[in-house]
Amino acid sequence: MTDIKITIIDRQGVKHEVDAPTDMNMNLMEIVRSYELAPEGTIGICGGMAMCASCQCYVLSDHELPEMSYDEDLMLAEAYNVKENSRLGCQIFIKDELNGLEVELAPEV
Amino acid sequence: MIKTDILIIGAGPTGLFTVFEAGLLKLKCHLIDALPQAGGQCSEIYPKKPIYDIPGFPEVLAGDLVENLMKQIEPFQPGFTLGERADTIEKLEDGSFIVTTEKGTKHHAPIVAIAGGLGSFEPRKPPIPNLLDFEDKGVEYIIRDPELYRNKNVIISGGGDSALDWSIFLTDVAKSVTLIHRRNEFRGALDSVEKVQELKNIGKIELITPAEVIGLVGNNGLEEVVIKQGAAIFNRECDHFIPLFGLSPKLGPIADWGLEIEKNAIKVDNTLDYQTNIPGIYAIGDVNTYPGKLKLILCGFHEATLMCQSAYQRIFPDKRYVMKYTTVGGVEGFDGSKKEAPKAVIKSID
Repeated sequence: MTDIKITIIDRQGVKHEVDAPTDMNMNLMEIVRSYELAPEGTIGICGGMAMCASCQCYVLSDHELPEMSYDEDLMLAEAYNVKENSRLGCQIFIKDELNGLEVELAPEV
Repeated sequence: MIKTDILIIGAGPTGLFTVFEAGLLKLKCHLIDALPQAGGQCSEIYPKKPIYDIPGFPEVLAGDLVENLMKQIEPFQPGFTLGERADTIEKLEDGSFIVTTEKGTKHHAPIVAIAGGLGSFEPRKPPIPNLLDFEDKGVEYIIRDPELYRNKNVIISGGGDSALDWSIFLTDVAKSVTLIHRRNEFRGALDSVEKVQELKNIGKIELITPAEVIGLVGNNGLEEVVIKQGAAIFNRECDHFIPLFGLSPKLGPIADWGLEIEKNAIKVDNTLDYQTNIPGIYAIGDVNTYPGKLKLILCGFHEATLMCQSAYQRIFPDKRYVMKYTTVGGVEGFDGSKKEAPKAVIKSID
């Protein structure tokens, strides 16, 4: 089992450095939930189908992320508080290349 | 006043299956749901998505699961109050409850089962400054009665299935339909996108993309919307503006019912019967929490089953009962129907 380090700034602006496993098919939204960095019911509402944007986050580091899928792109086209660096956490899967990733959770809508 | 044995709040899969388990115990159910149709998230958010962990179904579409559940509970003739949100609860002296919706519909039952999932679905509202001033004066977020739009000029905004589907539907009802979306691409079922394209080509839908509605104009009701398309800003006359940007669940008024809440969910006693801190009120499915809770449909089904046995005991404290297998006892509907296993043929072999 391998872990990578990810920095997550929660909706209150508090910075958390957490270990994220690369071998459990987990995504960033699930990492946030597993560390309870956002209250249950306010993140990952659709369960990770890129259908609700409740896991929107801003990517602060310059990691190369997986390309945005059509679903994610169009969901973000309907979401609020969207910025240039917005992504859906549920579509970012934890992989070795993401070691050191830094993200900030978008406000709850 | 609607009277029933078990009043179920939330008509998602867990709420629907409760009707079946209650029916086996001859208890009648009535369901309240804020959405205009049964099925909860399965119908509203992902009807076309497959679910792989329903026991006995290697794969089932969420919408089909709901359809099957509706068929399964049909013999037990559940009542429905749809499109209304359960707002207040009052406990009477005899221990029974009156639940009133925001529209004033009253329901009376000895047992309340909250199967509210993540809460009631509230529409996401676009950030238009004076939007609230026009609510129900030309701005609606959910289409409850399409007749409201007959011979009217309607502007829909949004890029998902509901924006597409309603635009298609309303072309037969409204005087004009305009669809506005921030992108040129739409996120919907392929046949809906193609249908909109077709209706656009024959001039039945006007498409304004990439654009968004940034303001509303009107004195006593909505008269015009302000549209921003690139650098251009222009007004367009309309009778109705329907922003369809999806729904987001909120626990809502249930949070103020005096129930113990933890992690945006209702705490229950999972060692016994999923009852809350208020005797007679149960919470089942995604809406509840207990140590080790998993928000899975199959767990909701289990919780509903145990809850119904407890509810029976509460309603009939002096009656004795043991659980019966449907294969043995069959299913006797309140509509007089009876389903049972075929009897074995007894015949000698010469």
